[in-house]
Amino acid sequence: MNEIIKVVMADLNVCCPPNALTTLGLGSCVGIVLYDPVSKVAGLAHIMLPDSTKILNNENKAKFADTGIDELIYHMKKLGADKNRLIAKIAGGAQMFSFSNNLEMMRIGDRNVEATKLKLSQLGIPIVAEDTGANYGRTIEFYPETGILKVKSVGRQEKIL
Amino acid sequence: MVTGIDDLSNMHLDVLKEIGNIGAGNAITALSKLLNRKVDMEVPKVKILEFHEVSETLGGAEIPVVGIMLKVTGDLTGNITFILRQKDAATRVHMLMGKPPETDLEFSELEISALKEIGNILTGSYLSALSGLTNLKMMPSIPDLAIDMAGAILSVPAIEFGKIGDKALLIESEFGDEIKAVNGYFILIPTIESYSAILSSLGL
Repeated sequence: MNEIIKVVMADLNVCCPPNALTTLGLGSCVGIVLYDPVSKVAGLAHIMLPDSTKILNNENKAKFADTGIDELIYHMKKLGADKNRLIAKIAGGAQMFSFSNNLEMMRIGDRNVEATKLKLSQLGIPIVAEDTGANYGRTIEFYPETGILKVKSVGRQEKIL
Repeated sequence: MVTGIDDLSNMHLDVLKEIGNIGAGNAITALSKLLNRKVDMEVPKVKILEFHEVSETLGGAEIPVVGIMLKVTGDLTGNITFILRQKDAATRVHMLMGKPPETDLEFSELEISALKEIGNILTGSYLSALSGLTNLKMMPSIPDLAIDMAGAILSVPAIEFGKIGDKALLIESEFGDEIKAVNGYFILIPTIESYSAILSSLGL
């Protein structure tokens, strides 16, 4: 039975074919897909903030780019993924409001993307595709059978990454 | 000492609910004047929700919504977001512009300005009620407007809540007139220091 597993905000999940992963309405958050093309194990995290070390209340690992990626890999390994084979596809990190008067909030999407890239490069995981930035929301679906990431937005053509 | 939303007691929640009530009541009076017709309001529901439950309240993460966000500075700092489903926003703005309510969902530049003004008036009167009650000075910024999926719009206030906890405070107010009821949602996010400021200004 094919199932599309929904990942909500500040959450993560892993799966194998024929199941798939999705997260709806990414705004300034970033959807991070990790994938082992050999074992076809996939993981998706919907992170909200760049850095767990800057926040007092950081028990929820899936909320942050740094701890979210570590946690995702931990769960993927349990399903048989090899960390050295992992590739990444990322989407989100938009700036939903222009915030002409608030620099810190304005850059949260960018900072989430930057933190995600930094963590992935520290772990030696290549980013093979990304659809980040701009000012619109994204719904993403990842199919581990094919390795395809679909990105849907309001009033825009679906992208296949 | 309040360090997160989870620390708020039932009494604190009642206070925030009452503030929500007065604020939303003020906002609805302002809207009624703007639309030049009677607008009624239900008692607002104050909810403490997980992040993903907030978009579910609005009808799902992919429902198109209009979000109007203002930054607040002064004795209380933080930000306030007013959210309407896109179809409800269309009904309101078409009413204001004198178009039939069932006109399409697209907004012209003028209608976007009108929506911003509605957001401005609603959040402004909301804040002035809160300010009157607490005696705290609050200055709203100019409004920013975005139209997109609920999840994407809500990610912005959710991220602000995310810095202090794993839950968000949502004030849902249903208002309407003889034509139809509309649900509007206020999301007030005081910085963590401001929670204590609000509560202590009320002698709590």
